[in-house]
Amino acid sequence: MRYLLKHLGLYMMAAWASLTLNFLLPRMMPGDPASAMFGRFKGQLQPEALLALREAFGFTNEPVLTQYVKYVSHMLRGDLGVSVAYFPAKVTTVIGTGLMWTLFLTGFAVVLSFVLGTLLGVYAAWRRGGYLDSILPPTLVLLGAFPYFWLAMIGLYFLGFVLDWFPLRHAYDDALAPGLSLPFIGSVLEHLALPATVIVVATLGGWMLGMRNTMIGVLSEDYITMAQAKGLSQRRIMFSYAARNALLPNVTGFGMALGFVLSGSLLTEIVFSYPGQGYLLVQAVRNQDYPLMQGLFLTITLAVLGANWLVDIIYVWLDPRTRGR
Amino acid sequence: MEAPAIKSEAEPAVSRLGWLKPLFRNRKASVGALIFAMYVLMALLGPLLFHQDPDAFLGMPHQPPSWAHPFGTTGQGQDVLVETILGARVSLSVGLVTGASVMVIGAVVGMTAGYFGGWIDGGLSLVTNVFLIMPGLPLAVVLAAYLPAGPATITLVLVLTGWAWNARVLRAQVLSLREKDFVAAAIVSGEGSARIIFREILPNMTSLLMSGFISATVYAIGAQVGLEFLGLGDVSVVTWGTNLYWASNNAALLTGAWWTVVPTGASIALVGFALVLMNFALDEITNPRLEADRARIELAKKHGFEAGFSTPVVRRHG
Repeated sequence: MRYLLKHLGLYMMAAWASLTLNFLLPRMMPGDPASAMFGRFKGQLQPEALLALREAFGFTNEPVLTQYVKYVSHMLRGDLGVSVAYFPAKVTTVIGTGLMWTLFLTGFAVVLSFVLGTLLGVYAAWRRGGYLDSILPPTLVLLGAFPYFWLAMIGLYFLGFVLDWFPLRHAYDDALAPGLSLPFIGSVLEHLALPATVIVVATLGGWMLGMRNTMIGVLSEDYITMAQAKGLSQRRIMFSYAARNALLPNVTGFGMALGFVLSGSLLTEIVFSYPGQGYLLVQAVRNQDYPLMQGLFLTITLAVLGANWLVDIIYVWLDPRTRGR
Repeated sequence: MEAPAIKSEAEPAVSRLGWLKPLFRNRKASVGALIFAMYVLMALLGPLLFHQDPDAFLGMPHQPPSWAHPFGTTGQGQDVLVETILGARVSLSVGLVTGASVMVIGAVVGMTAGYFGGWIDGGLSLVTNVFLIMPGLPLAVVLAAYLPAGPATITLVLVLTGWAWNARVLRAQVLSLREKDFVAAAIVSGEGSARIIFREILPNMTSLLMSGFISATVYAIGAQVGLEFLGLGDVSVVTWGTNLYWASNNAALLTGAWWTVVPTGASIALVGFALVLMNFALDEITNPRLEADRARIELAKKHGFEAGFSTPVVRRHG
């Protein structure tokens, strides 16, 4: 429990830091971006409405501390402001439209890639110098060296454009109405296949090598030799003795890498025009939509923190030593 | 190991670089270094070979590879080969400068935290962990969007979002080295903190610093390309990232112009792969367990045995 609480404290700190960063950035940067930001609303908003917006964001002539308190209270109430690009929609509404898709695509691909990579790593370490161990790691490392979104572009071109096996864009067929109907679910899966494959291929190597290397370390432990001497089945030694212990550092690495993997999958979304957070991010950048950008940063950070918290719970479940303390 | 300072003064400079020798004997390291050197050379000599303005409109847009333009032309009629070679300069500089800065910041923060412990460690570790857990790309986007666009901004943003991992790794290493006898001996003999950190502990972390530098460079090149692909760089500067940005903006792939995308992507991947290879080689050379394992498997194969299941800790010769 103490382990979980300690980490929760860290996550709260990170959430507070990103909130404060959002507050400080427009005030610290050269060239008064706050004015530029509100300048973009000119002509769209009445002067009174603009003033109200300024107050909501805390951009008033009050002392900075008062501004900060106002800002935080607005954020805590879930008021992230109004988007410039999707005016007059609220930032929370805009983000809400894409959040499910990102969680769906990234969650699916990351979990699949981690499970697959870990299994491959276990087998590669078990049969060291074997076929799997000598061919796969260099290939996957080479694939992992490509930027995700570039692999996505190539996949889109060959498998989508030339061969026409996969749809080129969006998360489902525009002609279908979203719902729990069979054709709609089929269409979603069809649109998911290519972007998910790209993310899996790009990240598989990392998980596999990490698992392989910790497995090799664990296999030199005395309790493995002991298990062999007892005559346990190879399968049992491989999974219950070696893999379970080797998994621990890999799970920690998984939590740490989540933010990085998510960044890559956001770029992949852009290539496939997948209507998630990545697509919104590029819209925000192109339109200099600062409120949307900051809102996205905050939501994505909170999502990563939440995922890390889940990973921690899994870690505690896997490692009994963390429960005692 | 106890007194590297005395040793290096007594022996000639050649043996100081003696640790580089296995790097050249290692196949992975040689291949990696060769590819990387090729790209560095290209980045240095490229602007001398091509005197023309990279933005000049040389031919029809989206022409497939031909004799006049070996890699074809972009959506704006520029030569893809020239764009790729010229892009190497900024992309590699940003990567290397970021890599070096990340290593230095990581080393200073990590070593300070690890060596002094207590509340200094508590504070620095907290900051490190907070930076580590924040997703890099969205943070970089928010930072870059407020700053004037250009390679300097990209470097600054990447250093800010990337230093934490190195600091964490180095702190852990310093924590374990700090407990070693030679550090205790140095403290007892009255050496100052700075001298212990830089003359006693630092030389024992050379390989970690090197591998930190290499992985930070790989990260920086990839992240830079990603940010510029989003349109956060200065789109008038020719870099690998802006090449892909323009390709995507001109809908290159949906019109079938694969040649505008492939050379840049392949270059990024080759440079990344070369650096990763060097990192693996470094790991193999400095991690005796991996080395022993490989030697044992080769020995077993030579005699027709199947390699066993557990890793030997001790390797016997003969």
